Amino acid sequence: MGTPLPDKDDLLGQYRSMMVIRRFEEEAARHYAKGNIGGFLHLYIGQEAIAVAAVDALQEQDYIFQTYRDHGIALARGMPPKAAMAELFGKDTGCSRGMGGSMHFFDVARNFLGGWAIVGGHLAVAAGTAFKSAYNNEDRVTICFFGEGSTNIGGFHEAMSLAGIWKLPIVFVCENNQYAMGTPLERTSPLKDLSIKAKGYAMVGDRFEGHDVALVQERIAEAVDRARTGGGPTFIEVLTYRFRGHSMSDPAKYRSRTELEQKKQLDPIHVARDRLLELGVEESKLDDVDLEVDQEIDEAVKFAEASEPARQDVMLSTVYAEEGES
Amino acid sequence: MRELRYREALREAMLEEMERDERVFLMGEEVGHYQGAYKVSEGLLDKFGERRVIDTPIAEAGFAGVGVGAAMVGLRPIIEFMTWNFSFVAFDQIISNAAKIHQMSAGALHVPIVFRGPNGAARQVASQHSHAVAPFYTSIPGLYVCQPSTPRDAKGLLKTAIRSNSPVIFLEGETLYGVKGEVPDEGVEELIPFGVSRVARVGADCTIVTWGRPYYVAMAAAEKLVADGIECEVIDPRTLRPLDMGPIIESVRKTNRCLVVHEHWPYGGPGAEIVDRVQREAFDYLDAPVERVTGLDVPMPYALNLENEVLPTEERVIGAVKRVTYAK
Repeated sequence: MGTPLPDKDDLLGQYRSMMVIRRFEEEAARHYAKGNIGGFLHLYIGQEAIAVAAVDALQEQDYIFQTYRDHGIALARGMPPKAAMAELFGKDTGCSRGMGGSMHFFDVARNFLGGWAIVGGHLAVAAGTAFKSAYNNEDRVTICFFGEGSTNIGGFHEAMSLAGIWKLPIVFVCENNQYAMGTPLERTSPLKDLSIKAKGYAMVGDRFEGHDVALVQERIAEAVDRARTGGGPTFIEVLTYRFRGHSMSDPAKYRSRTELEQKKQLDPIHVARDRLLELGVEESKLDDVDLEVDQEIDEAVKFAEASEPARQDVMLSTVYAEEGES
Repeated sequence: MRELRYREALREAMLEEMERDERVFLMGEEVGHYQGAYKVSEGLLDKFGERRVIDTPIAEAGFAGVGVGAAMVGLRPIIEFMTWNFSFVAFDQIISNAAKIHQMSAGALHVPIVFRGPNGAARQVASQHSHAVAPFYTSIPGLYVCQPSTPRDAKGLLKTAIRSNSPVIFLEGETLYGVKGEVPDEGVEELIPFGVSRVARVGADCTIVTWGRPYYVAMAAAEKLVADGIECEVIDPRTLRPLDMGPIIESVRKTNRCLVVHEHWPYGGPGAEIVDRVQREAFDYLDAPVERVTGLDVPMPYALNLENEVLPTEERVIGAVKRVTYAK
């Protein structure tokens, strides 16, 4: 399959977006180690091309769902790094006002409907938003991300099944990063090619590598267009790799140094950078982008540190919604 | 007032709310073409069509989750569980999703959804089909829990539930569906608010708090106790979360005795919660320990003689009232 020729400016924007995610998470990891961030912290480092490409394949009104590994898609969708970092710091200025943390980013204004932390639990919820689009005959697609670990739990099956029966406008994207927590795919699935599962739900399946942002965008766009034009759901398996452990507490001893180094040869950011140079973008221009991103992330950290802590009144007033017409 | 069966009252509530608000839809197993496993949704498919009365495969986790997602973005789903026993496979959708989204999103999203269906023992359907589930769901902040005993409460509470902006657990009873009772006339709209207990019978000697099927057991027992000169005050909380303790405490201050009668197991749950609050809020008024008549602490057996032993009976209620009133 030929790689599409990307537009130089589009690719530069995507490079910048991937750099924001990378630098954001490197900084988050540092602050986690320092104890400024608590709980769980699942990094997306190595998988950035998928989130960035997906966002560019979607329209503003489309809904996005992600697992607990949600920083990448939130930032790609346009969440300010300040709001994201402040959430990690447990501050009132965070995207979920300190109620959600790393695993529960929300940005409803941008139709990013959450980071969800029970494996397989959000697929049916995502299908429900697509059900609403169909019910109201809205021009709106839902995209739902999850890991290959999710494909073994019942929630996956039931959501795929309902989306298939009702031909919902949804794209299921399985980011196969090869390890379900610390267990490799060959020990969790009898299938090597997970995209075959699409057949069981009478939906179109697709499968491709996730390190080339232009390719990922093209293929996700195909599925999004299918959903938008009444062609029903698609199940996509994107082959990717996370360069860090499952979470910050995972030293990832289940895989070899050699494997990791080999995978890093296909770092999506390096791939994009090389492509930009090939397309004639000056190296200094890319360095400028890097510096700008560094600055943006530094400001995000300062903002998070200076922000007020999460508020008790928000905690107490969000257990139940206010009653009355809505 | 006219007389309706409990199932008809529920059907009317759904019909009226679906007519009133196009965002309301009904989804579940056999709610449409089959006309409802217990005929609660009979006729609704003909009236509203397949867009709004939606049959599902046997996939509770899936369609409960679809309901949660649809509610998050503006619809008002009524999700029917054929029985609440089957809600356990959808537990994660209710607990981890429906009850959490509003806070997790700092109030940006809310989930106006009703989960409804028959709860508790039917008749000889054995251990896996006889759960009284109130203790599981009442323990979760973020959920409302209704358990109406009468047709009138069933209709008025379901209408309120459908209009609520938070997830509602609505516990009906298979053995209550045929019960008849007074319901306001057609065209007279009654919305019964959550968190308002109803005094069903006035009496000065002993307070009985009860709901669901045992409500009828307790009411019958109260009538029999008149012969012994004991007048019971019977209070039905109607919603178990929020729980309106006001009339209960007021009553205990008058009767100085309290008995709680419920179908769910004795370990924890709303039954134990009520006892705890009575001892804290009316301690000085109590002349006897607060007692409970509950479903026995065993999985439900199949055999009828044993099932009758497990469920609260008039005899057990009468015995308990006599103990707390020190009557012979």
